[in-house]
Amino acid sequence: MTAVADRPSAATPAAEIGRARKRKEDQHLVTGRTTWTDNLTPPGTVHLAILRSPMAHARITAIDASAARERPGVVAAYTGQDFAEVQGDLPCAWPVTPDMVNPGAPSLAVTQVNHVGEAVAVVAARSKAEAVDALEAIEVDYEPLPPVLDMEPAVADGATLVHPHTTSNRSYTWAFESGAAGTGMPIDAALADAEVTVTRRFIQQRLIPSFMEPRSVVVEPVGEGILMHSATQVPHILRTMLGLTLGIPEHKVRVVAPDVGGGFGGKIPVTPEEVITTLVARKLGKPAKYTESRSESIMSAHHGRDQIQDITITATRDGTVTGLDVHLFADMGAYLRLVGPGVPILGAFMYNAIYKIPAYRFVCEGIFTTKTPTDAYRGAGRPEATFAIERIMDELAAELGMDPLELRRKNWIKHEEFPFTTVAGLTYDSGNYEAATDRALELIGWGELRAEQAQRRERDDPVQLGLGISTFTEMCGLAPSRVLGSLDYGAGGWENASIRMLATGKVEVVTGSSAHGQGHETAFSQIVADKLGVPFEDVEVIHGDTQSSPKGLDTYGSRSLAVGGIAIVHAADKVIEKARRVAAHLLEAGEDDLEFEAGSFSVKGAPGSSVTMGDIAFATFTAHNLPEGMEPSLDADATYDPVNFSFPHGTHLCAVDVDTETGRVTIRKYVCVDDVGNPINPLIVEGQVHGGLAQGIAQALFEEAVYDDAGNLTTGTFVDYTPPSAADLPSFTTDRTVTPSTDNPLGVKGVGEAGTIASTPAVVNAIVDALRPFGVTDVPMPCTPERVWRAVRDGKQSGRAAAGTNAYGGAQS
Amino acid sequence: MTKVSMTVDGVSYRDEVEPRTLLVHYLREQLGKVGTVVGCDTSNCGACTVDLDGQSVKSCTVLAVQADGGTVTTVEGLADGSTLDPMQQAFHDNHALQCGYCTPGMIMAARDLLRHNPHPSETEIREGIEGNLCRCTGYQNIVRAVQQAAPGGYAPTGAMS
Repeated sequence: MTAVADRPSAATPAAEIGRARKRKEDQHLVTGRTTWTDNLTPPGTVHLAILRSPMAHARITAIDASAARERPGVVAAYTGQDFAEVQGDLPCAWPVTPDMVNPGAPSLAVTQVNHVGEAVAVVAARSKAEAVDALEAIEVDYEPLPPVLDMEPAVADGATLVHPHTTSNRSYTWAFESGAAGTGMPIDAALADAEVTVTRRFIQQRLIPSFMEPRSVVVEPVGEGILMHSATQVPHILRTMLGLTLGIPEHKVRVVAPDVGGGFGGKIPVTPEEVITTLVARKLGKPAKYTESRSESIMSAHHGRDQIQDITITATRDGTVTGLDVHLFADMGAYLRLVGPGVPILGAFMYNAIYKIPAYRFVCEGIFTTKTPTDAYRGAGRPEATFAIERIMDELAAELGMDPLELRRKNWIKHEEFPFTTVAGLTYDSGNYEAATDRALELIGWGELRAEQAQRRERDDPVQLGLGISTFTEMCGLAPSRVLGSLDYGAGGWENASIRMLATGKVEVVTGSSAHGQGHETAFSQIVADKLGVPFEDVEVIHGDTQSSPKGLDTYGSRSLAVGGIAIVHAADKVIEKARRVAAHLLEAGEDDLEFEAGSFSVKGAPGSSVTMGDIAFATFTAHNLPEGMEPSLDADATYDPVNFSFPHGTHLCAVDVDTETGRVTIRKYVCVDDVGNPINPLIVEGQVHGGLAQGIAQALFEEAVYDDAGNLTTGTFVDYTPPSAADLPSFTTDRTVTPSTDNPLGVKGVGEAGTIASTPAVVNAIVDALRPFGVTDVPMPCTPERVWRAVRDGKQSGRAAAGTNAYGGAQS
Repeated sequence: MTKVSMTVDGVSYRDEVEPRTLLVHYLREQLGKVGTVVGCDTSNCGACTVDLDGQSVKSCTVLAVQADGGTVTTVEGLADGSTLDPMQQAFHDNHALQCGYCTPGMIMAARDLLRHNPHPSETEIREGIEGNLCRCTGYQNIVRAVQQAAPGGYAPTGAMS
């Protein structure tokens, strides 16, 4: 490899950065000394149970909770009517177009329910069991309305309206066209002049985030405000939004995200349950606690994906891509959640992926249905885009009779062409697609596998070998505030950090990026240890409480390191500058004559004269002998607004055995070479990639939220939703190339979502590759044995899903 | 209410419980053993796995009254002071946890696996822990952790080893 190195680049010889440190977080997690929200029960707590709609779409004609109040242990019971005047609407922070229709989203339904699982009443009791028991005493009369399940019929003339006070089930239409935007050529000309045109419809099935810790919230009334513990990814955003939604002054709201058991986007929005628990706690003047069951979580916590992708690619006969035209229907579900409308729009910038495409159009229609609302799920818009482009590159290759790898090489951005401004208007700072691809091909033994594939085709082996490619990039490190502003997002994308030097030389790092499994405490400690020259063990990372880490924008979009980590670097630089002043004073030297290395200031050319960070910290604490006019503090804070997104990339290769007689797909080998810039902690990086792969592969092979024709979720447990177990997944071969980001001082890129974004098309491309000789050009996801078997049987008609599943356009009777 | 008595992590308890009380709810709500967690309501995820009389059980699938007279070991009862159980140590060493929510159950299930099969193959490990779901790790490092804990002669610590 030329422009890249295998391991941390020679430019960063630091001791801690790049080291595979075992995590600081683990000790309390492996011993069960945890503080999950559901572990917390303040004295006097009332426990809540929520009655949920059994109907997908119905008017509430009568509701009576009075009998529930007579049940043993019940303190109170409320319906939507009781809170109608005070509950406000759940916030949506991303009005993607000026005319986007937001019908409003009550936390407790008042007059109508719009999806199965919507909350209609709440009971507060001495114990959870008593609260749940009392739910059966609540009487609700529903007048059924026709469910609205499929997106295309939902926007046809005469369709039933999900929300009767609107005029259409279309929330918005968002469009981008490179000719009009000035970022490329007009798409119409590309379409008209195309030598080769390939059009496909891909279905991004509905997924369920399936974090392992069910969501839980405990609210304690404190004076005029509240203290909320919640299993949330976003304590800071939640604080601001609770203030706006419920009219509680922001400074009277404290939100704590204690140990949080995974999120994957599923713990981003402000939830109905957080609002309901707050309302009950304030009404009763007592702590209130709600923890969802897994069944409730699957049914009512937001879902992800659920898009119909119509995509057309044009090219010349020699395989030069000339245009890309994308139209999406994106299912919002029944309501707009915090960033739900913006999720598919994040994909708008990624369909062109790593390729030099001259003309591009993207149109997305956000549609209401009577299903659970959708919002961010790991990758959020970018997995969908990557899937569509990587799938259609294979289809174009087949149409041209070209090797899919050769087609990619012909069209991708070469490493010497960076920085490169794409047809979607983004400037990729760095990358080396050649190096990652070469390494991946070598690791998997591509040539040998192709030879074996040919042999097995030749002898009509009933188990065929398929080879799939995904050469992905993504945009993460969300995000430059100005860009978010141009996309009408309701907040910025900066992150805050502060560093406090304690008297004994120990260091407290306060970050606004709140972790839920990502290992921030370890990775951030490594950064600070190197910057300040203090031991890794001497750094404490404080996060997840709006009182102790008051400023931040939290964790999502692979932003913690690429944005939050840089804020920490900037804060550390400020500490060093203050320390330099003290050091100069103590050493009786000029500041410019000092050099700082490994935690020690010394006078250039005068060995032996030095003071350590610890000496300076103590001298500052005592403040007996500081420079004239200097305040006795080394502490500093920094708020960093990124100048650009982060663009990790990589090449993922998948080899599958497909049993053409049973439809069973077995992953034989999965190799990925990711380039996430300089790794701070390779152990954590690899872990993030593994977990991401598992979720992306699960979309390809296993998972789908299925609704029946009455709008009931039929995959309402883990039995039916089938998230993969250890026995369902292979061991992955992972490696990295390192092309540092040029947009930040650590040279880092995000890694949290990369595996999920890249892996899904690698798997499906492999399956289709195995079955192309059978005339198969697509298999809808998840590629279950049944669908693969149907695809083989139906040949070119491809595998249409069975009745009762919603692949290819939603529920069927 | 029904009287139950049991030893949990070396401490004996006597209590009255509703007959319908699940063992996991008894552990969490009456004993304060909140290290053992609930991840689902259909016995799929295994987050609540504990040892009951030397057998691994999903404590959401056992009534507290069924554990009457029994001995329970939870994840809280494994470490000896600051010395971790070898499986806990192996999970830490191999980055076999991220959010850590499945970890208590996963560690208990992995210990049970090695009790029955001290030298499992990778496939046997994967099949042996398939009753425990993890959403963060993709399982690869969990498999590595079990492999680390296995070969040198696995010796679980704690009250019910």
